Amino acid sequence: MSDVVEKTLSALPSLLSLDSNAGAGKLSSTSKLGNLIRGITELTSKHDEEKLIKKELAAIKEQVASPNTTMRQMKEIMVRAIYCEMLGYQASVSYIHAIKLAQQGSVLEKRLGYLAVSLFLNESDEFLLLLVNTVLKDLQSTNLNEVCMALTAVSQMFPKDMIPAILPIVEEKLTHPKEVIRRKAVLALYKFYLIAPNQVQHIHSKFRKALCDKDPGVMTASLHIYLQLVKESPESYKDLTVSFVTILRQVVGGKLPMDFNYHSVPAPWLQIQLLRILAYLGKEDQGTSEMMYDVLEESLRRAEMNHNITYAILYECVKSIYTVYPKAELLEKAAKCIGNFVLSPKINLKYLGLKALTYVVAQDPNLALPHQMTIIECLDHSDIIIKRATLELLFRITNAQNVTVIVEKMLEFLRQSSNDYSTVDLVGKVAELAEKYSPDNGWFVQTMNSVFSLGGDRMQPDIPNNFLRLLAEGFDSVEEDRQLRLFAVDSYVLLLQGETASLPQCFLQVISWVLGEYAHLRPDQASDPGKVMRLLTRLLDQRHASAQTRRWILSALTKLCSSPVSIALARDVGERYFGSLDTVLRQRAHELMILSQDAGLRGRVLSAEGRLEHVEVDSSLSFLDGHVSEALAAGAAPYKPPHQRQEELAHEKALSLEPYGLSLPVSLSTCSITDRLTDRQSPTRLSISSSVSGNSTELSLKGGSTTLKLDGVKRVWGKEGYLVQQPKEVVEETPLPPTELPSPLGSFQSPVSQTQTASPGPEPDQERQQLASSLFVGVGTHHSVCLMGRTEAAPQRFRRKPKGTGSSSGTSEHSSNSSHSSSGTAAGNTLDSTTAATGQQISQHALGHPPVNGNPIVETPGPLPPVRDGGVAAEIPTGHTDSGTLADPNEDPVPVRPRDLPLISHLPAELSGLARSKLTTLCPGPDPGLALSSCRVYKEDALVLVVFVSNNSDSTLHRVALRFTSKQLEVSCVSGDLVEEVKGHSVATCQYAVVMMRASVDVELAGLVSYQRVPGQPRATPFSLRLSLKHFIRPLTVSTGEYGKMWLSFSHDVKQNLRLITAGDQSPLTATLDTLRDRLHLHVVDIIGSEGIVACRLLRGQPCLLHCRVHADSLAVWLRSPIPEFPDSLLYHCQKALAEA
Amino acid sequence: MMRFLLLFSRQGKLRLQKWFTPIPEREKKKIVRDMTTMVLARKPRSCNFLHWKDLKIVYKRYASLYFCCGLDAEENELIALEMLHRYVELLDKYFGNVCELDIIFNFEKAYFILDEFLLGGEIQETSKQVVSRAIEASDMLQEAEIDNSDYDLELGWP
Repeated sequence: MSDVVEKTLSALPSLLSLDSNAGAGKLSSTSKLGNLIRGITELTSKHDEEKLIKKELAAIKEQVASPNTTMRQMKEIMVRAIYCEMLGYQASVSYIHAIKLAQQGSVLEKRLGYLAVSLFLNESDEFLLLLVNTVLKDLQSTNLNEVCMALTAVSQMFPKDMIPAILPIVEEKLTHPKEVIRRKAVLALYKFYLIAPNQVQHIHSKFRKALCDKDPGVMTASLHIYLQLVKESPESYKDLTVSFVTILRQVVGGKLPMDFNYHSVPAPWLQIQLLRILAYLGKEDQGTSEMMYDVLEESLRRAEMNHNITYAILYECVKSIYTVYPKAELLEKAAKCIGNFVLSPKINLKYLGLKALTYVVAQDPNLALPHQMTIIECLDHSDIIIKRATLELLFRITNAQNVTVIVEKMLEFLRQSSNDYSTVDLVGKVAELAEKYSPDNGWFVQTMNSVFSLGGDRMQPDIPNNFLRLLAEGFDSVEEDRQLRLFAVDSYVLLLQGETASLPQCFLQVISWVLGEYAHLRPDQASDPGKVMRLLTRLLDQRHASAQTRRWILSALTKLCSSPVSIALARDVGERYFGSLDTVLRQRAHELMILSQDAGLRGRVLSAEGRLEHVEVDSSLSFLDGHVSEALAAGAAPYKPPHQRQEELAHEKALSLEPYGLSLPVSLSTCSITDRLTDRQSPTRLSISSSVSGNSTELSLKGGSTTLKLDGVKRVWGKEGYLVQQPKEVVEETPLPPTELPSPLGSFQSPVSQTQTASPGPEPDQERQQLASSLFVGVGTHHSVCLMGRTEAAPQRFRRKPKGTGSSSGTSEHSSNSSHSSSGTAAGNTLDSTTAATGQQISQHALGHPPVNGNPIVETPGPLPPVRDGGVAAEIPTGHTDSGTLADPNEDPVPVRPRDLPLISHLPAELSGLARSKLTTLCPGPDPGLALSSCRVYKEDALVLVVFVSNNSDSTLHRVALRFTSKQLEVSCVSGDLVEEVKGHSVATCQYAVVMMRASVDVELAGLVSYQRVPGQPRATPFSLRLSLKHFIRPLTVSTGEYGKMWLSFSHDVKQNLRLITAGDQSPLTATLDTLRDRLHLHVVDIIGSEGIVACRLLRGQPCLLHCRVHADSLAVWLRSPIPEFPDSLLYHCQKALAEA
Repeated sequence: MMRFLLLFSRQGKLRLQKWFTPIPEREKKKIVRDMTTMVLARKPRSCNFLHWKDLKIVYKRYASLYFCCGLDAEENELIALEMLHRYVELLDKYFGNVCELDIIFNFEKAYFILDEFLLGGEIQETSKQVVSRAIEASDMLQEAEIDNSDYDLELGWP
């Protein structure tokens, strides 16, 4: 391609003067733009450029303001303004004139006006509102150019709120005779769909028409919309699978006009788009996938020409094949295809090959084996991008046997790399691997040291938190704990003796904490108690230590002052920081001073035994109950969770149009419950406890296994280990992979490695072979499930002590410590990618489901309910259908009148088999002859509110109608909207389907019943009833794998500790989750060890996932959902349900 | 979906910038800075794909000009590379053996061509002929306007 632009001129100014060039020739040499550009290219300094542009902008400002400027001149000015903007200078004064130009100019000026607008403004700009009329006018123009311009502008940016104004006209263009107009209209609608999906919902049928357009260009454009739609809800578009398959077959078969060929490949963009759509449709759906196997295979076969574009199609095709329901034969072909990528000398293809392998090994690690030599070559590739991709692949195949080699490679990369984004990511991965597969204490501490020093202060804060927690909580064996801690202490003392200036702050903080806690384990601590103190003091005085780090150091010093020597040192430090300007530091110094002076106090606060005691932290803050109730009695506002507060704040900004009194969100009585139950902890502790949960799930899985014994691993892994596996003569004789390896290594012969190894000389080859054997050990000998160390016998070294069996000393100390430093970076921890990654492990590893490829394992804890309308499979726990244990036995104590039983008999037959609530009396209104009662029927796809209108008088009621008003609920009538007459002493029933639009704790539904006792004299009585979130929750039946995927994609989360319920022979976790399931209609996806995952959804709405973990004697619950209000409200109901249990 | 397209010279001078999603001005400046430093630091014959935050970056050098685009994570890098190539082909067809100077002095034309080729970050028209015809039609318009003749606007359309 370089010949295309061959004649680019490096000596710009000299050629400018010649002005003979084609491009420059089109431009008048005297034009102002020409002068400007030439002026800029001649300048050498940024400063001069700034000066010139300032001058230019001033000139532009003057010219646009002048009334004599014609539109043609304006067009020229606008080009200059665009140029200034491109150089990064704001030409805001010209924005309004760009709009004017689009509005008033001739077609050509208009075109430039639109271009300027699209470059200057974005869709949130208020200026754009001024463009709406122009667009509207141009869309209706008879000049095709104008219509095209308007459509182009609209597809780039248009104010969201104004879409309805032009939507009908754009829709109309879908039937325009010119295909270019139709195409642009489709793309405009696509844009609308992206920014305001609900506005274009009604025109889905028109999208289908666009898909069937006779012009392939229009059809291609419509695929953008379909890709988006199918991605969001594949279920709704399964019927189109055949169409997509047919289109793809035609395209692949070369049925399109030659015009659509790109380098003699038929419509590659179209092919790729279709392959993507098919992937979404066939995902985890065997039936749909079967329809597309043929065409996928054909795509694979047809794309054989050796050009980038065919590789692009192949890559997409392989991706689709691995996404849809697997077919062995196809997978094999796709894997072979990946081989072509990996082995290609073209670097781009190699890169994609590695990426493809990364997701392919997740299904079958054996696929990495044929390419091991290539992978090793890529590991030393000169291009850092290739290296990075290789490490990513290795990360996926790490197990307890190859962890040391892989981590070493990763650290090596980190030492060379300077890219912030990849460092943060990779550091997290190293930490994860180290914690998961560490072979011994020494290695673990050393690796973590590297992680801290390389990751620096950019890394995710939960890495140090996790590490400290691991040290503090310890494992099963006391001796092991002691050794690990001692090892850490020793290595830190060594580090502090050296140069500390290069160590990042968070590492210094970790060091301070560990030394403060565990320095006493050192054997020389008794003989030289001041040693560690002196090191810390030296660190304290160094200039590179931040104020935050100094606080940690002072805390550590406080813990260390026990002997006379250290007390003297402490006093010295205390005096120096006594007057520090940092208030926290000053307070610490004060504390230190007081402690150093008062031996008695010291003995009590810092006793050696105290370390082992579990400090009871009342995280529920129950000691504040009295204060809270007093405050409430005195009229203080009740506590509201943050989301609710925010929401209300947002509401306050707008005018409230609702009558007062209807929506008291939390009544005083419920509020006191919340307060007692609210177990909100400090954010620090919360995040610590939750961020490790992912790993511990996995740990508990392997409940039976003991920690990894080093001897077994070392035999394979020590330096000498490689030699054992790699008998010399084998390597020298032949590059064939050794076949006489011990059994776990035996299976990695591969044809590829044979051919590969022929080229390099024997010695580097030997090294590589060794590396290969060390990297790929353990891979391929097991089934895919064990790839991540899942079914290996004893891969996990750091197994945390199960909670609840006796709290370890560390927890309390750690939590107290971290509350000391709660404002700190290391402690102020948020959810992040690493925790998300651990979340994924829950899904993958946890729960013992071998991930059957793409086949969702839907768990059904009870008998499946009859699916009534073929909708999303959901179920009402069967326990509820029994009217004895109604869904909420803790119903508000509404007086139930004796007449209720007969009333129930009026329940429509189709609802009688379903779970329902008790009857509630509504409106004991002024008319004694009319009584309203209601009951809720829990259908799987709706909450049906049945209202019984009983006429207790002798006369007949006419035209009885119910009307409901609620902002948060959508009420639609099923039957009985208007009952013409209700005879004396009879009952009419009305059914309403109610859906909660936004999740909230509970909602008041206001209604009005109107009726005529005497025809022509309407009367009305208001009534209201309260519906709570739990009525709208339905179980979400998902498999563990799906749960994991969903978990990662949800952004809003809330964490809290809840009460554990103890019941008879059940484990507390099971009992608690069962209670929640029964009371709130949740679906318990799985329970493993001390963790459980639970899922539910809002009726016709979004899901919410719960991750529960037993933590000491409470249940740490972590809720996630795509909508912010849901977790908060659900949490409230969980608390309430457990309190009432 | 393509998020942005940047054209810059070997010296890091921006020749064209197009943003397909609304991005604050400051962020744009940061992206431009990061892209130029990242891409210009790449050695010849190395991989054309990079990562920047959660975006895929695909770049290619044509003579003295770098074409660089940012893509969503699920996009196909290779096809994006061909997309850049197709854009160069279109420029080439329009300017007739395009060079950097053509783009410097006629950047608005380069924008017009881009708008006919990509729309809202998605490919709009893959046929070279159709795109060129659309551009030519608009340019005929220009001449028609200058000549003050009664040019039938519809004639320009295929």
